[in-house]
Amino acid sequence: MFKLLDGPQTLGRGRTFWSCFLVVLAAALIYPVFADSYDVGNFSYFLIWVFMALGLCLMWGYGGMLSFGQTFFFGISGYAYGVLAINMGGGSTTIAALILSVFIAMIAAGILGYFMIWGGINGIFFGIVTLSATLVLAFFLGQTAGPEWHIGAARLNGFNGMKGMDPLTIGDFYIEGSALYYVMVALIVIVYIALRMLVNSRIGNVIVATRENPQRAEMLGYDVRKYQLLTFTIGSGLAGLSGALYTSWGQFITPSSIGLPAAAMPIVWVAFSGRSDLTATLVGSFLLLFGFQTITVYSQQAALVLMGTLLLATVMLAPHGFVLGIGKLVVDRWTGRRRSDGTPALADTSRLQSDET
Amino acid sequence: MSAELFSVFYQFADVFAFLILSAAGLAIVFGMMGVINMAHGEFIMCGAYVTVGLVKLGLPLAIAQALAALTAGLIGVAVEYLIVRRLYKRPLDSLLATWGLSLIVTQSMLLIVGSSITGIGTPEGSFAIGGYTFSTYRLVLFACAVAVLIGLYVIFMKTRFGVMARATMQNAAMAKALGARTGRIYAISFGIGAGLAGLCGALYAPTMTLIPTMGATFVVESFVTVVVGGANVLLGTAPAAVFLAMIRMALNASYGQIIGQIGMLFAVILIIRVLPEGLSSVLVRRGR
Repeated sequence: MFKLLDGPQTLGRGRTFWSCFLVVLAAALIYPVFADSYDVGNFSYFLIWVFMALGLCLMWGYGGMLSFGQTFFFGISGYAYGVLAINMGGGSTTIAALILSVFIAMIAAGILGYFMIWGGINGIFFGIVTLSATLVLAFFLGQTAGPEWHIGAARLNGFNGMKGMDPLTIGDFYIEGSALYYVMVALIVIVYIALRMLVNSRIGNVIVATRENPQRAEMLGYDVRKYQLLTFTIGSGLAGLSGALYTSWGQFITPSSIGLPAAAMPIVWVAFSGRSDLTATLVGSFLLLFGFQTITVYSQQAALVLMGTLLLATVMLAPHGFVLGIGKLVVDRWTGRRRSDGTPALADTSRLQSDET
Repeated sequence: MSAELFSVFYQFADVFAFLILSAAGLAIVFGMMGVINMAHGEFIMCGAYVTVGLVKLGLPLAIAQALAALTAGLIGVAVEYLIVRRLYKRPLDSLLATWGLSLIVTQSMLLIVGSSITGIGTPEGSFAIGGYTFSTYRLVLFACAVAVLIGLYVIFMKTRFGVMARATMQNAAMAKALGARTGRIYAISFGIGAGLAGLCGALYAPTMTLIPTMGATFVVESFVTVVVGGANVLLGTAPAAVFLAMIRMALNASYGQIIGQIGMLFAVILIIRVLPEGLSSVLVRRGR
C-alpha cells in the first residue's frame, strides 16, 4: 500500500525527498518546545487553512475542476460545527460535531456537484456557479442578525457572526495551545499522505485522465462524472475540515470568512504554489499564509493588494506556479547529471500544460 | 386593479433592469471571447465613483453618467491591451488574472478613498397610482435597460463592426483570414463590455451607498444571468433576464430580497442540470 506514496502524479520521490520530509516533520514536532505559546497558536492558525488549499489542489490541479467555492463549504462546515457544538452541549461531543460538520459539508458538495457535473457545465461556468453560491451564502448569513435567526440554542447573529461554541474537547481537556498544534500537524500529515496515495492509485489515474481529456476517459469505459463528483466531494470536504477547525480554534465564525475577498484566497495560495502538485501546494500555502499574516498586522488592505498582485503575476509570468517552478529549478540543478537514468517524474512537465484549455 | 397590475409590472421592470444592466457587459465579453471578466464588479464600481465625483464637481447627472461609462470603457480597452490580450488561449487564466486585478483595485480603493463616500440621492422624485407610490428613477432605469438591448442589437446586427464581430465570434481564424482585424475587434468588444459595466454603476450610483466593495452586490446577478443565458447576448441574456426576473419578483414580493436571491440561485442550479449551454443554445438551434 505504501508504494502508492510515490508515483507519476506527485513530485518528490526516493530517499532524498522523504529524508527532507522527515526533517521538516521533526522540526515541526519540536517547534513548540522552543517557541512561545503565542507563536505556536499562530502556527496552528496557518495550518487550519492548509486543508482547504490541499482540497483545491486535488480538484483543480488533479481533477481539472476550478472550484471557487472552497469558502462556501468552509462556511457551511464552520457554522455547522458551531450549531452542533452549542446544541449538543460541548464537552467530548465536540469531536462528534467536528466529524458531523465535515460530513454535512460533503453532503452539500455532493448535491451541488451532482447538478453541476451531471449538467455537464464547463470549466469557467463551474467556477462562477460555485462562486455565486458562495456569495449568496455570505449575503444570507450577513442578514441573519435578528433573534428569529437561530438553530436550536445557536444564534446566527448576522454580520457579527456566531460565537460561544466550545473548542474541541476531550472530557475536561480543551484541545488548545500546543495540544491543538500537534493535532493539526497530525491531521496535515494524515491528509497529505492519504491524498498522495489517492492520486497515485488507480482512482487517481482516472481523475487525472479525466482532466487530460474527459471524452477519451469516457471512451475507455470510465463514468467520468462519478470520478469528478468524488474529487469534488473530497476536495470540498477538506474545505469543510478547515471550516470546522477554524470555528473551534477561535470559537467564532463570521460571514466575512465566506464572501469576498476570502473566497479568492485559496485560489491565490494554490495558483501561486503550483496547482499540479500536492507538496508544492502544502509548502506554498504555508509560506503565503505566513507572509499574509505578517503584513495583515500592519494593514489588511495592503496584504490583500499583495495577494491580488501575486495572483496576477502568477498568471502572467509563471502559469504553473512559483513554488513549483522554483522547486523544479532547484531539483534540476541538484540532479542535473542523473537525468538520463530514467526518472521521468521531474522532467515530465507535459502533463502540467494541458489543463488550460 | 390597474394599480396592482402596474405594481407587478414595476417590480418586474426593477429586477429586469438590474439583471440586464449588470449582466450585459459581462455577457458581451463572454460571448465574444469566452472570457469571464472577474473585475466586472470593479468596472461597475468605477462607473459609480466617477459619476458621483463629477456630479459633486457640478456636472448634470446625465452627462456625468455618460462620461463615467466612457471612462470605464477606456479603462477596459487598456486592461484588454495589457492583460487579457495575452491570455486568450487560456480562458481560465484570464479569469484568474482579472480576479487578481479585482482584488488589487478593490483593496487599493479601500486604502486610498476609505470605506464610503457620501452619495448624491435618488433624482426624479416619485409618483402615485392608486394607493401605491413609485420611484420615477426606477422606470428610467428600466428604459435604459431596454435602450441598452436595442443599442446592442443595432451595433451587432446593423453595423459593419457588428458583422465583423459576429464573424469573429463564429470563427476567429477564418474572420482574420478574410481581413477582419480580430485583435481590434476584441479590444473594442472588451471596451464595450467594460463601458456597459460602467454605465450600470453610473445608473445605480444615485440609488445606493458607494463603497469600494459595491461591485460584489452586482456580480451574483450578472453571473447567474450569463450562466443561464449562455454565449449570445441578445438571444440569451435578455430571455434569461426575463425568466430570472419573474422568479425573483415572485419571491421578493412574498419573502424578501435575500430569499429572492437564494431562489434565483436554486433556479439557476436546476437549469444548468437541464441546459448546460444556456438558453441561447436552445433559441439559436430553434432559429436555424
